[in-house]
Amino acid sequence: MNMMSEAAVEKALDQKMNDASYKMIGKDVSVYYGEKRALFDVNLNVRENTVTALIGPSGCGKSTFLRCLNRMNDTIENCRVTGRITLDTDDIYDQNIDVVELRARVGMVFQKPNPFPKSIYENISYGPRIHGLARNKTDMDQIVEASLQRAGLWTEVKDRLHESGTGLSGGQQQRLCIARAVAVSPEVILMDEPCSALDPIATAKVEELIHELRANYTIVIVTHSMQQAARVSQRTAMFHLGQLVEENDTDKMFTNPDDQRTQDYIMGRFG
Amino acid sequence: MASTHILSAYDDELKYLSRRISEMGGLAEQMCGDAVRALVNSDSALAQKVISDDVILDHAEREIQDKAIVTIARRQPMAADLREIVGTLRIGADLERVGDLGKNTAKRVIAVQGTGVPRKLARGIEHLSDLALVQLKEVLDVYASRSAEKAEAIRIRDEEIDAMYTSLFRELLTYMMEDPRNITTCTHLLFCAKNIERIGDHATNIAETIYYMTTGAQLEGERPKDDTSNTLGAITE
Repeated sequence: MNMMSEAAVEKALDQKMNDASYKMIGKDVSVYYGEKRALFDVNLNVRENTVTALIGPSGCGKSTFLRCLNRMNDTIENCRVTGRITLDTDDIYDQNIDVVELRARVGMVFQKPNPFPKSIYENISYGPRIHGLARNKTDMDQIVEASLQRAGLWTEVKDRLHESGTGLSGGQQQRLCIARAVAVSPEVILMDEPCSALDPIATAKVEELIHELRANYTIVIVTHSMQQAARVSQRTAMFHLGQLVEENDTDKMFTNPDDQRTQDYIMGRFG
Repeated sequence: MASTHILSAYDDELKYLSRRISEMGGLAEQMCGDAVRALVNSDSALAQKVISDDVILDHAEREIQDKAIVTIARRQPMAADLREIVGTLRIGADLERVGDLGKNTAKRVIAVQGTGVPRKLARGIEHLSDLALVQLKEVLDVYASRSAEKAEAIRIRDEEIDAMYTSLFRELLTYMMEDPRNITTCTHLLFCAKNIERIGDHATNIAETIYYMTTGAQLEGERPKDDTSNTLGAITE
């Protein structure tokens, strides 16, 4: 790989981002957990082939918003979502939407690596199988290999595909989960603090992976680490007390944010 | 700085850097004033003091640099804090250069000693240095107050110094043409004048840096300039 072509790829991606087709559009999104309101009329659009970071103090609603994007909040009792969220042109809260299919289009990676207690191969093949993405074993082998390649895990595990996924190191498990998310060819990948349980080396590998995945996917990441948001994202959204405070280019956000609350939060000051 | 960090040690580090810059500024200002006084009064002892003070100033700049780099590594500063530290590094470098210009002027005191500096020229240099030192002093006050408006105002004022320098340049040329024996002294004085004019430029740089630290925006466009000495040809009868 030479530097020039890589720079050219970056430039093309940035161009694509600036032309800003929005992959997902959130309009007046509010979330209630029973009586308690967790999100207040959030308007946030997610750009295609862009890493969007959601930051903010604990309990600010960033994970709640993330979970709205593939209807993970449906699984929480008493949770009610209002407003409108679209994926391309589809209203994802429409009654006719198949939630299982939606979650194949909008995949998710969690804070703690959660591989199935099965072999590495089965961890990857499970999704494609239930979605009927492979016609035969050869197809499936290809999907498994390609997914592990994408997640940068192939060379590390290719000789032990039939060993248990839980036997891998924490960082490898997380990349296995990313490979699993990638296997069903999603359009958007949501990540909820994907590195908070990993050491710095494993974190760097996952961040490098996020950087590469951007070429093919749209990524939304929740992170508590401001440095991580600054390193991996092109757009950053700051939440506070259930409200979207500011959404901006990441470069601007971490050098000269518009909102005082963003300023105080990222600089580690008392508001 | 309105609010404080959750980590108080971080505040202490930033305050320390800011205090050291103010101290450097005070010393640089004093050195330049002394250098011109030494020149006008042919005071070689004072000139010698300026030369030795420069060692202290250089040391201060290196120390600020080391501390700033440690702070960046340790705190990973963001937004206004990041701009503050980057600004500290830039202002430290400007002040170190100001000290060098003072030292260079002081060295020339020893060279022109004995020949005597014509009263009229000495007054011209003194006047130029007054302007430059006021500029430097005010920019250091603005550093303490972090006022973006005042920083912008100072930047515009550098024009006066440039105009004064150009007129001094003409005057020195005239002296040299009158009597070639003046050439050695006048050339040294010309360098001194240039040194002082450069101090004004550094003050302007510092003003621009303060503006950036405060607002996060760079002052756009060329600042007004009135130094036309680079286009002055030989004066013919």
